[in-house]
Amino acid sequence: MSALQQYIDLYNEHRQLVNGHAPQALNDLRPAALEALQGATLPAKGSEDYEATDLDAIFAPDYGVNMNRIQFQADQLASFSCDVPNLSTCLYFFHNDIFVPGRTARMNPDNPVVVESMVEAQQRHPELLKKYLGTLADLSKPEVALNTLLAQDGLFVYIPKGVTAEKTIQVVNIFNASQPLMAVRRVLVVADEDAHVRILTCDHTQNPDGQYLSSQVIEIVALKGATVDYYDMEESTSGTARVSSLFVDQQEGSNVLVDGITLLNGTTRNDFYVQVNGENAETHLLGMAIEGGTQHVDNHTYIGHNAPRCKSNEMFKYVVNDNAVGAFAGKILVKPDCPRVEAYQGNRNICAAPTAKMYTKPQLEIYTDDVKCSHGAAVGQLDDEALFYMRTRGISEDQARHLLMQAFVADVIEGVRLEALKDRLYHLTEKRFSGTLSLCGVCGSTDCSKHDKIK
Amino acid sequence: MLEIKDLRASIEGKEILKGINLNVNAGEVHAIMGPNGSGKSTLSAVLTGNPAFTVTGGSVTFNGKDLLALSPEDRAHEGLFLSFQYPVEIPGVSMVNFMRAAINEKRKYYGQEPLSAADFLKLMREKRAIVQLDNKLASRAVNEGFSGGEKKRNEIFQMAMLEPRLSILDETDSGLDIDALRIVAHGVNTLKTANNASIVITHYQRLLDYIKPDFVHVLYKGRIVMSAGPELALELEEKGYDWIKEMHPEL
Repeated sequence: MSALQQYIDLYNEHRQLVNGHAPQALNDLRPAALEALQGATLPAKGSEDYEATDLDAIFAPDYGVNMNRIQFQADQLASFSCDVPNLSTCLYFFHNDIFVPGRTARMNPDNPVVVESMVEAQQRHPELLKKYLGTLADLSKPEVALNTLLAQDGLFVYIPKGVTAEKTIQVVNIFNASQPLMAVRRVLVVADEDAHVRILTCDHTQNPDGQYLSSQVIEIVALKGATVDYYDMEESTSGTARVSSLFVDQQEGSNVLVDGITLLNGTTRNDFYVQVNGENAETHLLGMAIEGGTQHVDNHTYIGHNAPRCKSNEMFKYVVNDNAVGAFAGKILVKPDCPRVEAYQGNRNICAAPTAKMYTKPQLEIYTDDVKCSHGAAVGQLDDEALFYMRTRGISEDQARHLLMQAFVADVIEGVRLEALKDRLYHLTEKRFSGTLSLCGVCGSTDCSKHDKIK
Repeated sequence: MLEIKDLRASIEGKEILKGINLNVNAGEVHAIMGPNGSGKSTLSAVLTGNPAFTVTGGSVTFNGKDLLALSPEDRAHEGLFLSFQYPVEIPGVSMVNFMRAAINEKRKYYGQEPLSAADFLKLMREKRAIVQLDNKLASRAVNEGFSGGEKKRNEIFQMAMLEPRLSILDETDSGLDIDALRIVAHGVNTLKTANNASIVITHYQRLLDYIKPDFVHVLYKGRIVMSAGPELALELEEKGYDWIKEMHPEL
């Protein structure tokens, strides 16, 4: 049986159970998802757009799906190393794929900002959910169709017209299960006209010995003049696989920042699809991966400039060590009749060990004159001269390497539009480079052999 | 303090240093002069442990320790300092973080606690004044976008912070205008004590007007071919290196 078929069968056998727990708006999407999956297979390594990552192999293990919506108690405090000092957030949790409001999430009842599970949204905001859910997700991608087939709940964020969500919305995804488990997460963010919102999510795995797969589909709608910052950070384990697809629709004058950060993981494939559909929109797509051991991070991006006079700025940086594999593919497409588009793409990578591998594929496709576009990709090593200079000042080789790697990713961190988060990221990457990023307090050890140490 | 005996070194199989002998005692300033390509910069690179060079023979003792057996960082901890001819730009690493790491690793080496943030900044302020290094430069990335003069001042600032026993100044005068030269020389002279020593590598007599050497050595084709007092520098300035070359047709 193919990796995909086992999950289609699972759905067909438990259709009533799945649909019974899920909001109608999700169930309405399933026939199309099922149809899209007919005869489909998950891409294997080497197929177009999957040169470095074997999606079929990622889904091949017989993961369970929490059909019965069994609650589990995650130790939120112990697992919660992503506390951001000096940042007051509205905090929410997903335990596997079950939504749990955090203690600080209680909002003033007068607050017009909507943050709720999709099941709740089906009751309170059915028209919004129906209007936007599934409108961006591309079902021709089997991993997206599969998520659509199996998702039972998700996060719904809505910022009404002209409203600024003062507090950052923080969503902590915690994995924990005794059996191999697939969490099927769904996120929908709608920023109405001139609305402003910042969202910070992070993935953690509580049990470092477990085997997990997170399937995630995120849809972000930024209507006219809206500003959306979406920071998505992974700090999981070597036994965790993640397949995430993020879709953005940008309308006129909107400003969207998406930042994908991988600090610790097993195998990760992140897809980012940004459609810039309105004039004078601005897009910032940032990414960073710090890899050691056998970590595998594949970021795949697409920015479609479908309207004139828009700006996009993309930068992904990787530090790849040991036997880790990094992959980046980025495409920028400027459609016909889109003058004055400015689009910049950069991908800079350091292979810090001879055994580390990095694949990069930058692409520009331009069908309009009068645009400014550029792309650049580079793979290199740490600067030997700088290393020696630092050592002559008494800085040990290890420490010098950490400082250089830290410096290398600094401009991606500088792109963060939230001071407190920037400070926190400097701190986290410093800990990551020095090998003292202890995972979720699981072991609490500053030198845990389970968590790959990067030199 | 420093005893170099028959030191030989090569890069990519090519022998550059062909038997250097030199003794430096505390309180002394030694100038090393010589034509281009004679091995002056190689000597400083080998003494500080640059991995690009291979030592093929001889020994170097520094305060009784086998210098060549130490890592570059331990040589620094033991009190060796090199002011680079071409200081390296390190984008993204701030001067403050760089110096803090350097100071605290040295303290760790001697079993001392890291310096508190307040004490560290006070030290930075104090030492900056010696070479009139602007506070703005200290808050920027290491050498990034610094002018030639600022880079050299920054080298002497680092020397002031680390308080080495032996400083090697590799063509510290190159790329300096006369004002910057005075500031740098003033910095070096301020840091001079009876307990430390310097090796000044230079092409020109000019720097030696400001930093008075006790001994002047001429390095030619990987060997020290002449050593004398400060008057030798003046003679070289006047006559050039040709007469030295003529004295050693065998090289």
